[in-house]
Amino acid sequence: MSRLDIVIAGVGGQGVLLASEIISNVALAAGYDVKKSEIHGMAQRGGSVFSFVRIAEKVYSPIIPAGGADFLLAFEELEALRYAPYLKPQARIIVNTQKISPITVLSGAASYPEDPVEMLKEHFTVYPVDAVSLAKEAGNAKAVNTVIVGMFSVFAGFERRLWKETMKRLLPPKILDVNLKAFELGVSAGERNEA
Amino acid sequence: MKVLLSGNEAVARGAWEAGVKFASSYPGTPSTEILENLVRYPEIYAEWAPNEKVALEAVIGASLSGKRAIASMKHVGLNVAADPFMTFSYTGVNGGVVIAVADDPGLYSSQNEQDTRNYVRAALIPALEPSDSQEALDFTRMAYEISETYDTPVLIRLVTRISHTKTVVETGERTEKEKEPEINPEKWVMLPAYARKRHPLVIERFKRLTLFSESLEINRMEIKDTSIGFITSGVVYQYVKEAFPEASVLKLGMIYPLPQKLIREFVEKVKTVYVVEELDPFLETEIKAAGIPVIGKEVFPRTGEFNPDVIRKSIDRNYRPQTVSFPGIPERPPTLCPGCPHRGVFVALRKAKIRALGDIGCYTLGAIPPLSALHSCICMGAGVSMEHGATTCGMERVVAVIGDSTFFHTGVSSLMNIAYNRSPSTVLILDNRTTAMTGKQPHPGTGETAKGEKTKPVMPEEVAKAFGIERIRVVDPYNVEEFIRVLEEEVSEKEPSVIISRRPCTLITKRPDTVYRVDKELCIGCKRCLSVGCIALKMEDGKAEIDPLLCFGCGICAVECPKDAIVEGKR
Ligand code: SF4
Ligand code: SF4
Repeated sequence: MSRLDIVIAGVGGQGVLLASEIISNVALAAGYDVKKSEIHGMAQRGGSVFSFVRIAEKVYSPIIPAGGADFLLAFEELEALRYAPYLKPQARIIVNTQKISPITVLSGAASYPEDPVEMLKEHFTVYPVDAVSLAKEAGNAKAVNTVIVGMFSVFAGFERRLWKETMKRLLPPKILDVNLKAFELGVSAGERNEA
Repeated sequence: MKVLLSGNEAVARGAWEAGVKFASSYPGTPSTEILENLVRYPEIYAEWAPNEKVALEAVIGASLSGKRAIASMKHVGLNVAADPFMTFSYTGVNGGVVIAVADDPGLYSSQNEQDTRNYVRAALIPALEPSDSQEALDFTRMAYEISETYDTPVLIRLVTRISHTKTVVETGERTEKEKEPEINPEKWVMLPAYARKRHPLVIERFKRLTLFSESLEINRMEIKDTSIGFITSGVVYQYVKEAFPEASVLKLGMIYPLPQKLIREFVEKVKTVYVVEELDPFLETEIKAAGIPVIGKEVFPRTGEFNPDVIRKSIDRNYRPQTVSFPGIPERPPTLCPGCPHRGVFVALRKAKIRALGDIGCYTLGAIPPLSALHSCICMGAGVSMEHGATTCGMERVVAVIGDSTFFHTGVSSLMNIAYNRSPSTVLILDNRTTAMTGKQPHPGTGETAKGEKTKPVMPEEVAKAFGIERIRVVDPYNVEEFIRVLEEEVSEKEPSVIISRRPCTLITKRPDTVYRVDKELCIGCKRCLSVGCIALKMEDGKAEIDPLLCFGCGICAVECPKDAIVEGKR
């Protein structure tokens, strides 16, 4: 791997920031230079949340330029569309098949696109996953982020051991087991896609 | 050990390593986490002050007492602290002082895009600007040496993208540093007679700092292709390196004063030299004033956040990266949380057709459709002062809306003005028992300190009473009808009045068991409830529907329903 640029996007409260924290720490443990950049503040109140993770021998800009990212991990379908301009033409997208209507849609000012996953498939390699169901299967609907991280780990190519060690280090003991399980379910989902 | 630290964490770590003993701040995105991290070091006394002026003055006191100290704030916070900032340049320090200030190019979370560097020029205070977290740590440590050697406070200039980006950092150990208190009236008492003698010393110090900057290793030339070169600093350096990896670069770690000789040397070596910087042409103006030919804002934007593409496009107008985009997809703006107590206030104001002069906090979101119930926002405390001006000039049916933390920040003196000059003003203090916007920091009203210790809470109603305001009402914002009644009484009253809207932020409230649901038989699909702007509400097959997982049970939407179709239910 010479460099890996990842955009992680979702809705406030979905755990985007923890996912990017895990991925960046794994890359650091694997000996790479890493920059992880995100904007918080007003975004937290149910707004769109995103994080850039850049991994390489040497990383300069923390911002991924337009058309530059290799991967998009989208926690929600509309957010997958929103961050598509950051992607390279041959980029891959993992998208949680969940639709959360923003206030603009709820109040009738705009309408939610019919089928975002199909729209994305016209341009990119897309791996849809029902991460909410897998997270519930693992024991907590909130573990959507670790399902997606697990799925991504299949494509990222870092040693399996590093993911588990990093999660043990970063997650509170109370929620560790559920998240490790969610991660495993994500890995299996990823392996099914890769095959 | 190598760790990933954000710029804010790294500044805190650098201050700790430099032996800092005292830290004071007021929360504000993007600088909040500097103090939040300082709180974690047992060797450091760290506090939230009511505002940035108080924070900086406390830090000056700590310095006089011989301790190393740090004040941190966002760019607009330095406006509040500008008064001590300007004169602190004259007194200089005893224990070293760093003032860390974070700008917000692109206005991710601010009311303006001002450039802090203009302040260091006005005050002749030296400034360093890190380009990643390692530098944020190293520069902070170095700043304490500069501060004590040159007898000056030192400003560390950050931007959102540095404050909130984690990069790899090698940390160091702490060295203890302490001095005796400094009692020296000619240095510390800025009477005209003494200050007159200090001003020339400030200018002389500035000259010595300029010399120092010429040989400072954090100002460095990277000579490669000599046909094109960039003079830059901070995070923009990273964008330049990515956009033009083969170009020559003069990277300035110290951004004030500037090493003019070094700059001249660079410009002589390189054919075309660009000065790239976000926001104002600060470096550019300094360099051009010295008669050095460079290109700057002729090609680069003066607003917004930069990235590698902004730099590429500014130099090559034809540069177009290949991208896929989906135009017209719906926005996802931030909104008040389900159950936010502020919503009740705005629904009441809107129903009563009363105008609201606002302030800075979550409640500024009350201006956004569909709520559309807030009519001004300038800066911390301004709503209350503006209310006084507006009502004194005869404007009717207008109130001030200010949060509790903002009230203690600068609203207090504005309210004192209303009480003292007796305007027919009505001030709504939205007391949600926390500083919600920036992430639940305690403030003087919460009865808790930054370190989590118990303290005496200041109650806004007692402050108002002490000022001589007689009409003070405390209302629950979930009770919209009652709120409207109280509003009507107080706006028609000629006496100054205060309405305290009291209910804690949902971030610090247990989720209740009662939620609301829509009785589909009664609902006529008029969509009136949607106008409260709650994400738990939506239309489904022509009828309103409430998501029981998102609903916080406030019942505020029910007030808007003409058919009483929104009823209590169980989760
Ligand atoms: S964080 Fe608190 S104050 Fe801010 S919008 Fe949510 S409930 Fe309201
Ligand atoms: S749906 Fe209605 S009752 Fe429930 S939180 Fe939103 S505004 Fe309050």
